[in-house]
Amino acid sequence: MEFAQQLLQYLVSGFSTGAIYALIGLGFAIIYNATGIINFAQGEFVMLGGMLTLFFLNVARFGMIPSIILAILVATLCGVVFNRLAIKPLKKPSPLNLVIITIGGSILMRGLAMLIWDKDTHAVPAFSGSEPLDLAGATILPQHLWIFGITILAIAGNKFFFYYTISGRAMRACSYNSRAASLVGIAVERMVLFSFLLSSALGAVAGIIVAPLTMTSYDVGVMLGLKGFCAAIIGGMSSGIGTVLGGIILGILEALGAGLISSGYKDAIAFIILLLILFVRPQGLFRKAETERV
Amino acid sequence: MSRTVFSVFLGILLTAAGAFAAEPIKIGALFAVTGPAAFLGEPERNTAQMVVDEINKGGGIKGRKLELVVYDTQGDSTKAVQAATRLIKEDNVVAIIGPSTTGDSMAVIPVVEKAKIPMVSCAAGMKITDPVKKWVFKTAQNDTLAVEKIYEHLKKRKVSRVAILTVSDSFGSSGREQLKAQAAKFGIQILVDDTYGPKDTDMTSQLTKVRGTQAEALICWGTNPGPAVIARNAKQLGLKMPLYMSHGVSSKKFIELAGDAAEGIMIPSGRVIVADLLPKSDKQKKSLMAFVKDYQNHYRKEGDHFGGHAWDAVMLLKGAIEKGGATPDGIRNQLEKTRNFAGIGGIFNYSPADHAGLTKDAFVLVEIKKGDWVLVK
Repeated sequence: MEFAQQLLQYLVSGFSTGAIYALIGLGFAIIYNATGIINFAQGEFVMLGGMLTLFFLNVARFGMIPSIILAILVATLCGVVFNRLAIKPLKKPSPLNLVIITIGGSILMRGLAMLIWDKDTHAVPAFSGSEPLDLAGATILPQHLWIFGITILAIAGNKFFFYYTISGRAMRACSYNSRAASLVGIAVERMVLFSFLLSSALGAVAGIIVAPLTMTSYDVGVMLGLKGFCAAIIGGMSSGIGTVLGGIILGILEALGAGLISSGYKDAIAFIILLLILFVRPQGLFRKAETERV
Repeated sequence: MSRTVFSVFLGILLTAAGAFAAEPIKIGALFAVTGPAAFLGEPERNTAQMVVDEINKGGGIKGRKLELVVYDTQGDSTKAVQAATRLIKEDNVVAIIGPSTTGDSMAVIPVVEKAKIPMVSCAAGMKITDPVKKWVFKTAQNDTLAVEKIYEHLKKRKVSRVAILTVSDSFGSSGREQLKAQAAKFGIQILVDDTYGPKDTDMTSQLTKVRGTQAEALICWGTNPGPAVIARNAKQLGLKMPLYMSHGVSSKKFIELAGDAAEGIMIPSGRVIVADLLPKSDKQKKSLMAFVKDYQNHYRKEGDHFGGHAWDAVMLLKGAIEKGGATPDGIRNQLEKTRNFAGIGGIFNYSPADHAGLTKDAFVLVEIKKGDWVLVK
């Protein structure tokens, strides 16, 4: 009984961290699906979400809700500016160039955040209290429910957007074949910009809702970004349920690893899975090899 | 040509004028003002400068002013060694304060030992003064003392089974070593010995493991933000056992980060944070209040332990210079004779066999109640 209860807590903990990874992973997947770019600066938008909320809350003294809205807007604006200044001017973007540019962008954003704010960690108030909720002996916090809820909303929203709206379909068309898409009259550049806008907004949302749990600092995006990237890879870079399952698998394995084996291996577990998937199933766990379809 | 002659004259004139006003005593300082250890180096630099200014305002030492030459090591051992060499060879300092970190201090030790310049390190690592090096002293409290303080309290409460959770960096592993090494002496049994990463954001797995054992108390060793996450996770899981943290989080920042979850947590800490709660009979009270008030006036911020290490270093040097004169030899010999110096970090008693100078009484145990510190008797 004792062990069963422990196991349940590991699963619940893993599930809740996994949902965080999933939400961040979705941001990676959206840009990848629209442009083929893996945006390694995605983690920094997560950081921006948390830090900006804190800034508007503590320095500008706005309420919680206006702070959150402003933080999402400013972070999205940063995403757009990043796209305009760093990605768009490229004449012949090769994947390697893009990877290096996004990594450079992430270092720049982190450095600026450190200079503008500071090097300290900051606490962000929880949305609805911090009294733990009991789930058959395992506990979670109200903030976890927010994370679950927003993740579900994000998947549903994505699904709807990419499959049932003109813009979403146009973005998908760009990812399959941008040349053909432009021939049928899709403004490819605008779609790319749009995908950056969407994913930086999503990154900021993720950053804001996880900040009350993880706290926030200028360098919080590094690890969260990497874990989100793992989640997206496990899920085969799908902007839907695949990445979410990827995140949750990752979270649960980490929690079980830390609890049953040793916490020293926690991060190792995540990255071993990442490497294994890249070697064995580069298309992700849940996706049928798509190359045939294109 | 005439210009050269003129400048030579000017130079001679100025030197002569300087000699009349008694040359200042040059003290070097190596602090990690920027870089990852800036949270140590910055308050240390601020404090050292503040204390030196105060001493000069009061007429200096025996009519001679102090001059503080500060170099930033950026927490980088190579830079620390370069800066130390520069202080000794070019600036001709009579003594060195710092460096801020154990790594930098260990790197600089061979340099000062060779040049025979006394150094008062502000880092905590035990190996800096163990074994004793002739020219090296330190002001920061050893980790061992904090461990002893916690174990002593556990023993008083008749708790013998504990779980330890340490961060996987140098601070945590040093704490872990000490926790394990001292356990037997206090009759304490470590049931769970687990770690967490400095950037981890969820420690419920480790705490669940702890909850499933017979452990009666949890000791966590780390610097912010990890311990705050652990405090919050412990509250989430409804962990009933008392929670002890290390002196690495004895600042208001920890209470701010952990929020309600900080309630009831116990921390071995230097006396700075509880200066105003100390009884009048406390020997350190006078120094502590002076430091806290000065720092507040100068920098509009609360003085902390790290600044305190620099305060102690400057004041110890001042005492040594007053008694032994401003030569490296004199300073070293007098430093070693320091007895009952009530500073910020504790009451220092240096001797030829002990260049760390503190006992476990350098720490007090504080408990967090209603978002503030309370002394545990």
